[in-house]
Amino acid sequence: MAVREKFQSDLRELERMLMELGVFADTALRNSIEALETKDTGKAITILEKDKIANKLHEKINDFAVLLIAKQAPVATDLRRIITGIKIADNIERIADFAVNIARSAIKIGNKEHIKPLNRIKKMYELASVMLKMALEAYHHEDTRTAKKIVVMDDEVDVLYDQTVLELLGHYQEDRKATVQIIQLLLVARYLERAADHVTNIAEHIIFLVKGKRYGLNG
Amino acid sequence: MTVLTYRANPGDVLATAEEKAASPALNKHDVFSVSDLNLWYGEVQALRNINLDLKENEITAIIGPSGCGKSTFIKTLNRMVELVPSVRVSGKILYRGRNILDNSYKVEELRTRVGMVFQKPNPFPKSIYENVAYGPKIHGIRNKKILDEIVEKSLRGAAIWDEVKDRLHENAYGLSGGQQQRLCIARCLAIEPDVILMDEPTSALDPISTLKVEELVQELKKDFSIVIVTHNMQQAARISDKTAFFLNGEVIEFDKTDKIFSNPGDKRTEDYITGRFG
Repeated sequence: MAVREKFQSDLRELERMLMELGVFADTALRNSIEALETKDTGKAITILEKDKIANKLHEKINDFAVLLIAKQAPVATDLRRIITGIKIADNIERIADFAVNIARSAIKIGNKEHIKPLNRIKKMYELASVMLKMALEAYHHEDTRTAKKIVVMDDEVDVLYDQTVLELLGHYQEDRKATVQIIQLLLVARYLERAADHVTNIAEHIIFLVKGKRYGLNG
Repeated sequence: MTVLTYRANPGDVLATAEEKAASPALNKHDVFSVSDLNLWYGEVQALRNINLDLKENEITAIIGPSGCGKSTFIKTLNRMVELVPSVRVSGKILYRGRNILDNSYKVEELRTRVGMVFQKPNPFPKSIYENVAYGPKIHGIRNKKILDEIVEKSLRGAAIWDEVKDRLHENAYGLSGGQQQRLCIARCLAIEPDVILMDEPTSALDPISTLKVEELVQELKKDFSIVIVTHNMQQAARISDKTAFFLNGEVIEFDKTDKIFSNPGDKRTEDYITGRFG
């Protein structure tokens, strides 16, 4: 006989909400990069407006998790599942905030010509987005191998970030008039690098959930 | 020829040289050291190869589903299980280094060292005072002043003195369930035991009385070693230092309570404590 059916279905609901938040953050990140690339300030403003959806869902996940702890007195894996759920939600919500920051940068840059194609920044975004999707999959399947792969990808993002900073500083030497755009692009690169770090945090939480031990993947 | 030697621990008057030699690894902080314990009720085996060391000044919780042998196990520790006809036991239970299953071990002596508190409060139909003074009187203490002191000390120890000090000579049945249970704990303390066995001591109590008894148990561990059988998983998690998970008469896992309730080593333990058993 299956026992604690209600609790089981509540845990599934917690996962479903996390996935929803994850997909929301991923979409917001994609839209923010698109808005930046196409100089679409309207799209950027929509991202700002929609962020409250992520904030509400984040709060809902936290409240739901707190109630589950209060009512079900979970222990062992159940407890880790709920605690990591709260932490993963925090990290995803931060990623959604970075999408908002990138949208703000897009608005500040406006419709000015880009000093250079945004290849590296796009590459950083693509990696961060793949990492986030992998993290959500790994969470669903409780797959520590995929979680560990994420850390390797984070190193790639870090390398791209360093290269982007150097490149943008080079432009700054050449063209002081582009200062505003250079600062905004530096910030965008920084937001993407941080977003990837937050995905790495999620990977750490997944490993803790499965193994019950902590792994410091962010160094 | 068996050579008897004096032992320093109170209550453990004599130990044979053979017994000492047989337990060279015995840690002096082990109150009980159980090895290869098997127990049968007639043809039915209730305990299988139990190996556990219970430490001084620790609370050990015994958890497991009904019929897993928890109560049987703690009743072997003061040999109460012998009251069941057709019971058969093999293995060793060293209490402070001496095998209590040995025929030469006097059960009366054991039970003054190893007290027990039961599921339902079972005060005698006597006054509060007499309930506590009963044990010491049986042990020959007649001096009123000494008895008064023992009664007060025991009732204070059981965190019930303030509630009963003005009605010590009233019948114990007039107390609430939670108070009766603490009185039973006081009665147990009055004979100055070394170990207190508790068989689901709070299962008949309301939540507030339960928390009072839990706090009391944690206070008592400063002076006593405690073994508690409980069906209340949160209680085991809250108050014990170590937890043993019993299943079908076997110890599946015995570890620090923090480990058992955060990251148990055995899937069956995890299934049980998370309520997935069924």
